[in-house]
Amino acid sequence: MGAYLRFENVTRRFGSFTAVSDVTLDIEQGETFSLLGPSGCGKTTLLRMAAGFDRPDAGRILLDGNDITFLPPDQRPVNTVFQSYALFPHLSVRDNIGFGPKIARKDAFTIRRDVDQMLELVDLKAHADKKPSQLSGGQKQRVAIARALVNKPKVLLLDEPLAALDLKLRQRLLVELDAIHDEVGITFIYVTHDQGEAMSISDRIAVMNKGVIEQIGPPPEIYEAPRSSFVAAFIGDTNFLDGRITEAIDSRFSRCGIDGFGSIVIDNDKPVRPGDLIHLSLRPEKILVSREKPSVAGDGNAISGKVEDVIYFGSHTRYWVRCGAWRLCAEMQHRNFQLDEPPPKWGDTVWLRWHANDGFLLEQYREEDEELLTLPDDET
Amino acid sequence: MFVLVPMVIIFAIAFRPALPAGGIGTGWSLNAIRALADPSYPALFGRTLWTSALTTIACIAISLPVAFAMARLSPVWRARALLLVIVPFWTNFVIRVFAWQQILHAEGYLAEGLRFLHLVGENERLLGNLTAVVIVSVYTYLPFAILPLFAAAEKFDFGLLDAARDLGAKPLRAFLAVFIPGIRQGVVTAVLVVFIPMLGSYVIPDMVGGTGTQMVGNKIAQRNFTDRNLPEAAALSGALALLVLAPMFLRRKGKQS
Repeated sequence: MGAYLRFENVTRRFGSFTAVSDVTLDIEQGETFSLLGPSGCGKTTLLRMAAGFDRPDAGRILLDGNDITFLPPDQRPVNTVFQSYALFPHLSVRDNIGFGPKIARKDAFTIRRDVDQMLELVDLKAHADKKPSQLSGGQKQRVAIARALVNKPKVLLLDEPLAALDLKLRQRLLVELDAIHDEVGITFIYVTHDQGEAMSISDRIAVMNKGVIEQIGPPPEIYEAPRSSFVAAFIGDTNFLDGRITEAIDSRFSRCGIDGFGSIVIDNDKPVRPGDLIHLSLRPEKILVSREKPSVAGDGNAISGKVEDVIYFGSHTRYWVRCGAWRLCAEMQHRNFQLDEPPPKWGDTVWLRWHANDGFLLEQYREEDEELLTLPDDET
Repeated sequence: MFVLVPMVIIFAIAFRPALPAGGIGTGWSLNAIRALADPSYPALFGRTLWTSALTTIACIAISLPVAFAMARLSPVWRARALLLVIVPFWTNFVIRVFAWQQILHAEGYLAEGLRFLHLVGENERLLGNLTAVVIVSVYTYLPFAILPLFAAAEKFDFGLLDAARDLGAKPLRAFLAVFIPGIRQGVVTAVLVVFIPMLGSYVIPDMVGGTGTQMVGNKIAQRNFTDRNLPEAAALSGALALLVLAPMFLRRKGKQS
């Protein structure tokens, strides 16, 4: 299956700053595709180039087989939901939604019917004659979505559409957006810096950093099998461990020595040989904290350490545990059946347990990505 | 107060008799009001409205793109452009109109050049006609139109233009359908600020116009200074004031109902 929207070796520079660097990206018809990354990573620039507000310095953009690189925005079968909504303040909700069809010289009857259909879709029938200033943030957002969708674009671009809303509303609109996507079946490109939004709405995610795409894949793959330390640290939280392979156990597992820590069993996520330096990402929620030494099988790991910090999050608690030279973050859900012993406290000696499969070997490791981790400051 | 008191005084004078020597008599008289029935006056008022309307339209038409472009400049260049708009105020208004007299003079470079290019006929004049009055008026009132439009444009969210383009509007369409409604308040201010003083202008038609471009302001000045008939001048002023105020009252009434 060929790509529906294709960025081909796209580069965009602003002065000496390269916002997008040689990006090649294929987006398929009907999928919800997220561009995820911190601010300044180039995701919005990429979106603006898809919308026609910006042009690449090199490379092309293809939509459904046609080169749209230099088409002005009004001639692209693409519509945008802007971060600031950009509703026309002098027009009613109905006229805002009808703006596109009116420009396209549809007849009055068709416009009315299409707009009504959209009002139905976003559940704003009762507010059709209000001005944008009379609407709440969530309602404005829905008008913006309807105004874009009424033109039946080939691709709908969403530029951080929920960033201005509060958490509860964001979660609700996310569900609605997903439902709308299922109903209209249009390709959605969703730009966000919020990994939670991207994970929950996307079929696939491209994680961007400094103008390049670090990894593309479905949310579980991005989360469970991050290619680089950046992806591992940006999506959720993790622990990084460096070590050296000491022994190949079998085709699946190897033994690995971690400095100041001891020996652990790891999964061969990529081919490794004894002597190789490795970087391991280990998610906090994969680690089980217990007071008693657990008994583990050959593919399990258990190490002991001292609790240095406890942070209560409501749904879970985080423990920072000193294990030799390392501070590991572990997360525990508050399930009563797990609390047959009193929960560990500051200064307690605990055991951390995880399976060899729980860690993931990174292909790329950069020291600077450790700054993305939410570690409390080391106490001296 | 400063508006209302002189207005009331002018309206009162209009109902006084005129003295032959040029003063205002005692007692009351409708002579000055009757004089408004002079058959030349409707044409005079019509011409005044027409000249003012033309000037206003031209001013707005030029100022809109200027205000748009200024609002899109970087802050540094915006301040410089604003300075350029204000600079003409540093020269006296009469001197500037005088300068236009020289520019448009029949033996000036402009007239000679246009004649050389056969764009104007041998005996056509650049001065003394409606075109000259409108050109100089536009020149004079342009800053007054640019400033309120610029102030409104500066607050305009240019993201809305992106949205309009995104929804299929060509640049001009986006400008007309989104930018102009977006700065509507500025447009209303600019129209009022140009149109109302234009109605009362008399220096410009006096200096660059001719007999065929006389406006109400010139007639008032004539009655005042030449004929020394103050009540008639007052009656004309009062009529002009009512002409200006009438649409505003109508609008307010329309809004209330």
